[in-house]
Order: sequence, then structure tokens, then C-alpha cells
Amino acid sequence: MEYKPADFRINSLKPDLLLITVAGFWKMGQKTPSAEELIKQVEYRNLPKIISFATENLQSWDSSLLIFLIKILGWGQKKGIKIDKTGLPPGIQRLLKLSTAVREIPEVKKEINPDSFPSLVGAVIIDWVQNLPGFLAFIGEVFLGGLKIFIGKAGFQPSELLTLIQRCGISALPLVSLITLLVGLILAFVGAVQLRMFGAQIYVADLVGIGMVRVLGAVMTGIIMAGRIGASFAAELGTMQVNDEIDALKTFGISPLEFLVVPRMIALTLMMPLLCLYADVMGIMGGLIVGIGILDLEVIEYINETRMAVDLTDVWIGIFHGIVFGVLVALSGCLRGIQCGKSASAVGKDTTSAVVTSIVSITIATAIITFICDVLGI
Amino acid sequence: MCWESKEKSQLLNLSKPHIVVQDLEMAYGDFVLQSNLNFTVNRGDIFIIMGGSGCGKSTLLRHLIGLKKPKQGKVFYDGISFWDSDLEVQESLLRSFGVLFQSGALWSSMTLAENVALPLTQYTQLSKSEIQEIVSFKLSLVGLSGFENFYPSEISGGMRKRAGLARAIALDPQILFFDEPSAGLDPISARRLDDLILEIRESMGATIIVVTHDLASIFTIGNNSIFLDLETKTVIARGDPKKLLAECTNPKVKAFLTRDKTIGEGYE
Repeated sequence: MEYKPADFRINSLKPDLLLITVAGFWKMGQKTPSAEELIKQVEYRNLPKIISFATENLQSWDSSLLIFLIKILGWGQKKGIKIDKTGLPPGIQRLLKLSTAVREIPEVKKEINPDSFPSLVGAVIIDWVQNLPGFLAFIGEVFLGGLKIFIGKAGFQPSELLTLIQRCGISALPLVSLITLLVGLILAFVGAVQLRMFGAQIYVADLVGIGMVRVLGAVMTGIIMAGRIGASFAAELGTMQVNDEIDALKTFGISPLEFLVVPRMIALTLMMPLLCLYADVMGIMGGLIVGIGILDLEVIEYINETRMAVDLTDVWIGIFHGIVFGVLVALSGCLRGIQCGKSASAVGKDTTSAVVTSIVSITIATAIITFICDVLGI
Repeated sequence: MCWESKEKSQLLNLSKPHIVVQDLEMAYGDFVLQSNLNFTVNRGDIFIIMGGSGCGKSTLLRHLIGLKKPKQGKVFYDGISFWDSDLEVQESLLRSFGVLFQSGALWSSMTLAENVALPLTQYTQLSKSEIQEIVSFKLSLVGLSGFENFYPSEISGGMRKRAGLARAIALDPQILFFDEPSAGLDPISARRLDDLILEIRESMGATIIVVTHDLASIFTIGNNSIFLDLETKTVIARGDPKKLLAECTNPKVKAFLTRDKTIGEGYE
């Protein structure tokens, strides 16, 4: 069969009757005439009362022709023109009938309008303000749930807490070891280059020791835990939300916050200071490697210098950072997980949001604690 | 609640409806899904909530089981208004419910035995061995003996539903709610689940609310029902589904119950 491109012709059979002949190959992805073009041509003449179709030379058709016809039908309906579909192939007639069989429910129709920048900012602020009571209620309920432990009415299973402690603690050691050892190493390298110029390379031990113990050990551990545990909490609780598992808890009168969030908060808040102490040691080890490998320092010399530089206050400040970060990471992960919508994309979005919230809150908390320490002179 | 005292209290309340729904309006934001819902469920009924897809059957269930607060209206259980009660009363009412979700909603990090045991460990002072016995018994009721140590991901969809049912009946509830129990099941498994629901009603005397549009299930188990309509946004038929099939003249209900699309043309 000879290939002919999609085309249409308009013929006035009678003053009130217009015949539209569609012909050729109507295939999606190929050039087909637009309905707007046909409408323009028809409107140029006197509007008919009836439009009918002829398809003798129509070689092949798909949805492209249907879309073309639906537009003409819609236009004809608006203009009060009767459309006679009997000249169309039976398949097209059936599909057109099917597409208009279920009438549209106007009130469920959702309009998606691209928002302007100010309205987007406004929407974010309104959303934030609307979520604030929920956030405060979340913190309040988690706090009260935590207090119940002291009166022996913990709303979670002790075995679950132990599993979580293992997940937040021992299981995180390899990653914490690697990252903090390297951070100690990098810190020592950066310091060594500068300090060697003044013959003060021994002070690398002070730099690494104070830096790691006071802030960096905790910050690095916090960021690792945000990516590792915060994300996992959010994804886990989010998936439970999607699978109705959280609703199932509620229907038994079991508080999801007490049953799921409180043990996660406790596990991470308990493990973070311990991980921070471990991270401090690993960071100092990293510094030691540079000290003895590049700066020709003795092991004892390096350790003694570190002992002299780092006092107990620095250790406590580091531990305090750890506790705060533990609370923040667990809170962000669990809050996002519990607030998660009921779709796979919502789980992904809330997991990302949990990590971002954790890291931002860790940074802000570090700045606040550092400022307070400076004001207090410690 | 022990069986004896449960039976006594049931006798006292036998004449009163178990559940009363009064002027309930359900909405998502400003979009009203159903309004002016009024119906009563008698003790021991298997009450079917039916209607076309998207008419708000599952949402109504969420309002009944305390997961979503109605825009207005009340839900009474034995005369107690759920949404007007304080948290403690609501929690005690929730403990008298058992819910089987469409997906089973088993807690994925727990074995089947742990799933069934959790409500028992939370709300009873039973010893570990007693709980184990009850768990084995409940799992055997739903034909899952021997599957105690399986995780939900290791069993089939039908088995997950049955395990969900075992968990739902863990605390011997007075009211059982089922959301689309036969969805995703082959006809034989769906029939078995229907038989199980009937068996549980007969043996435990529980009131059962089922959200479904599976006609076979509706006629097999239901003795009372309401039909929710998407267009008028309220109940358009009520009563025994078999009677509705024989007597109801509403074209939408007739079309639904007979799967005859020619009746009430245009009904979605």
C-alpha cells in the first residue's frame, strides 16, 4: 500500500452539512494535522448545523486520530453543532463512546497551577506554622513516653531496645572508625604543614586532641549517624506507615510514639556519647599516625602532649555534643518517618528530609554550644 | 474480659444496638466524601459496608476504628460516644476492637508469633508460656499452626491475611473490623476466609463489620448492610444484602448487586 501522510479535507455538501474526510496514516510520533487548524478553516466559513465524516482513504489510525476527533467533538458541542459519527470506523466510534461514557465529576477535578515564587514561600511558611503544633505534640508525647520508663510503664519491648542499641552502637563502629581515623589524619596533615614551618610540629597533638575531643569527634559521628541511623529510622517508620503497620498499632490502643519512637530515641541518645568517645580515640590515633610517620614524633611524646592539651572539660563538652546530636538525629528520623505519607515516593522524600534536617540541626546546635562555651569561658 | 463476665454484659446489652452512627460526615479538607450517615449495628451482626470504588467505604472504617476524626457526627459503642470520650476510654474501647487491614498490616520486623503476642504482652499479665499457648491456639484457628517463627515477608498474601486475623482476635475482641478481606485472594482462599469470619462470629459472638465489594462475600456472610453512594454522598440502601438483591428497586444498588451495568446506566 502506498504510504500517504495524514490529512483532512472539508467539503460543504449542503449549506448546513459539512463533510470532513480524513485520510492517510494517522500515527503517533508522525506529523498529523491539528484539530485547531481544521476548526480555524471551518470557522472561516459559515458554521454548519451538522458535521459528518468520511474515512474511505484512511489507511491506518491510532490515538492521534482519536485526540484529533475528541477536540472536534468538544468544539462542536460548545458551538451547538451536531456531530454525526456514523462515517467513522466502528473501532473509533466505540473508543469515542467509551471515553465519554463516564462523565467527569467537576468537584474532584484538581487544578495544578504553577505557583509564583512569593506564593511558594508563603505556602512553605504556612505549612511550617501548621506543622508546628504537631511537632510540639510529638516532642511532648515522646518526652512523656520516655518518663514512663521511670515508673516502670515503658510502652515498648525491652528486647526491641536492645536490638536498637546494637544497631546504633556496635554495628556503627566500623564506619565511625574509618571516618574519624581519616578526619584525625587529615586534621594532623593540615596542621603539620603550617606548624612545621615554625618548628612547632609537636602541637599537632594539641590541635588534633582538642579538635577531635571537643567538637569534631561528635560532629563527625553525628553526621555519620544522621546518614546511617536517622535515614534508616525514617525509612523504617515511613514504610510501616505505608503498610498500615502504624495504624495497626493505633487500633490496639498502642501509642506508636511510645512503642516505636521512644526506644529509638533512648538507643541513639545512649549510644552517641559512647560513639563520640570512641571517635575521639580514633581521631587521635589518626593524628598519631601522621605525628610518628611524617613529623618524626615519638609515640610517648605525642600521647603526653595530647594528655596535657586535653582536659576533662573538653571530654565533657564532647560528650554533651554527642547527647544533643543523638537526640536531634533520632528526633529528625522518627518525626519524618511518623509524618510520612502513604506512598513510596513519600518514604524517599521523608528519608532525605530526615538526613537534611539532622545535618542542619547538628550544625546549628554546634554553633550554639560553641558560642555558649565561649561565653562561659570553658 | 473473661468469657463469663463478657457473656453477662452481653446479655444485659443484648437489646441495645452495639454500634450507632449518628449524622456522620466524612471529609478530606473541604471535600466532603459522605455526609448524613446514620445506621445501627446490632450485636452479633455481620454488617457489610458496600458501594462502588472511591465512595468512602474504607474511610468510614477508619472513622469507626478511631483512626480518623469525623468532620461532624458521632459514633457510639454500647452508648459511649467514641470521639467525645477522653483518651483512656478511647483506649479501652480500642482494646475491644480487632482490625484486619486490607494488606494484613503485620509488623514486618516481628515473627507471626510475636505479632499475635504483642497485644497480649501489652494488655495482659499472662506469663510467657501462657502467651505462647494462646498464640499457638490463635494461629491454629486460622490454619497457620507451625508458622509461628515465620516473618510476614516469608508467607503468601492469603496467609498474611489469616495471620492478621489471628492478631486481630488475640484479645478476644467484641467487635471485628475487616477492610476488603477478600481483596487479592483467589476464590477458594476468599471463600475460606469467609467461612473463617462466620466461624469466628458463631464461636466468639463478636459483632463484625466488613468493608467489601466482593459480591460472593457479601451474600455469604452479611446479614445487614449499608450501601454508600458516591454521587449523593450518603447511604442509599440498607438491610440484609439478600433482601436488597430481591427487593431493592434503586437502580444503582440493583446494578451493583447483580453486576448488571445496563441497570442504572451511567452509574460509575
